[in-house]
Amino acid sequence: MRTLQLRVNGEPVAREIPDNRLLVDFLRYDLGLTGTKEGCSVGVCGACTVLLDGQPVSSCIALAVMADGCEVTTIEGLAEDDRLHPLQRAFIEYGGFQCGICTPGQIMAAKALLDVNPHPSKEEIQGWMMGNLCRCTGYYKIIESIQAAAEGKGVS
Amino acid sequence: MISFSYLEPADIDEALAALARYGEEAKVLAGGTGLVNLLKQRLVQPTYLIGLRRLAGLKKLSYDGTLRIGALCTQRTLETSALVQDHVPLLAETCRQVATVRIRTMATLGGALAHADPNQDPPPALIVLDARVRVRSPQQEREVSVDAFFTGYYETILAPDELITEVIIPPLPAGSGTAFVKFLPQTHDDYATVAVATRITLDGDRIAEARVALGAAAATPLRATAVEDALRSQVPTPTVLREAAALVADAVDPTADFRGSVAYKRDMAVVFVQRALAQATARAQAGGGTA
Ligand SMILES: Cc1cc2nc3c(=O)[nH]c(=O)nc-3n(C[C@H](O)[C@H](O)[C@H](O)COP(=O)(O)OP(=O)(O)OC[C@H]3O[C@@H](n4cnc5c(N)ncnc54)[C@H](O)[C@@H]3O)c2cc1C
Ligand code: FES
Ligand code: FES
Repeated sequence: MRTLQLRVNGEPVAREIPDNRLLVDFLRYDLGLTGTKEGCSVGVCGACTVLLDGQPVSSCIALAVMADGCEVTTIEGLAEDDRLHPLQRAFIEYGGFQCGICTPGQIMAAKALLDVNPHPSKEEIQGWMMGNLCRCTGYYKIIESIQAAAEGKGVS
Repeated sequence: MISFSYLEPADIDEALAALARYGEEAKVLAGGTGLVNLLKQRLVQPTYLIGLRRLAGLKKLSYDGTLRIGALCTQRTLETSALVQDHVPLLAETCRQVATVRIRTMATLGGALAHADPNQDPPPALIVLDARVRVRSPQQEREVSVDAFFTGYYETILAPDELITEVIIPPLPAGSGTAFVKFLPQTHDDYATVAVATRITLDGDRIAEARVALGAAAATPLRATAVEDALRSQVPTPTVLREAAALVADAVDPTADFRGSVAYKRDMAVVFVQRALAQATARAQAGGGTA
């Protein structure tokens, strides 16, 4: 056991955890942040994507101890008060999801992209988002949603 | 998940002391993209996990004709660093083709060597660059060529108390061109069905030196010396490249899996060695640029 100290969605958090806790389990079970989903559990599907110091990572293959002292951002951290993040509004407006299980991961990956490249080309979006799998949408509307958010279209 | 005690040394001496104390009972953790899946599947069951992330000295990247890459540099750093893109473009080109941004953000170059999964992409590129690995134990420091680093399936020359500290890439001879070609018939984020790294170094219109190495083609990254020997002193015409590439069929020893049968992978190895040779040759002819 050890005490993990970090910031989650801007708030300081200190929590006692076993050394072998996975980051995804820490977020979901210890902190109750169930917005982050687990799909494949081996780093392939992207459902569990969160930002670790601003960088996208698979929380299913990261240990919670790897986030000690860091800033973790999850889907719960994007809205400000009741106002959704532009990416969240764009995914609603442009039909970027159906069942929604992949959506928190899609949006966190897209946020990491727009943070380093605010106006990506379609090809850049495709290259970056390649590892976030979706069984429902066929991807076109996910790409459209991200483009719309980047252009500030219909998401104000 | 198995249980273990996690230690986080503050510097390399502490890390080496912990390794010396616990030996076979310990495993070091870099990006975790290889190791955590093995822990979850109980394929590796260490009592102690030694996290390397506070070892700032292993995150350095510098160039003075020779490129020195700290073992903890991530594959995303190597893909995006201007230093690497300008001076060793083959390495940036290779890292760009590893899995997804999410994996490259975590996976380190030291991990790409120590993990020793023969399906990984960076090892063949490092072999054709004549790269060397710097390895440290509490008693000694040694340097090994990447070519001699892998000894078997997920096995290397590393002793239980040794750490990879640095990867060293010497300057390429003038007249060199390089290429990395990864065959991905299924999805772009997959491991290779076969991957080929090559270097062609020209002296005038003849090949002075060739390097060819493959990933996903045997139990270890595979250097195809028969192909290299056939190319030496030749003028690199399409026929010469094709005939040399054909020799790789006898060198590979691939495993049948969902990415293809043994026969298919052998055929594809020939095709992709030929393509990589053509690309490296064109780049060498285009003026000694390395990409
Ligand atoms: C979904 C997925 C897809 C992937 N696809 C690809 C791909 O297409 N191509 C590719 O090349 N790779 C791919 N990888 C990554 C690759 O297989 C390894 O996971 C990665 O290179 C390991 O680096 P790491 O820093 O995460 O190492 P870790 O997982 O931390 O460690 C791996 C091993 O190396 C040892 N180790 C790490 N650093 C050192 C050191 N400095 N000294 C001594 N020992 C050390 C550890 O003890 C462990 O045994 C993929 C990974 C995942 C999860
Ligand atoms: S659940 Fe983590 S990548 Fe699929
Ligand atoms: S919306 Fe259902 S998997 Fe993507």
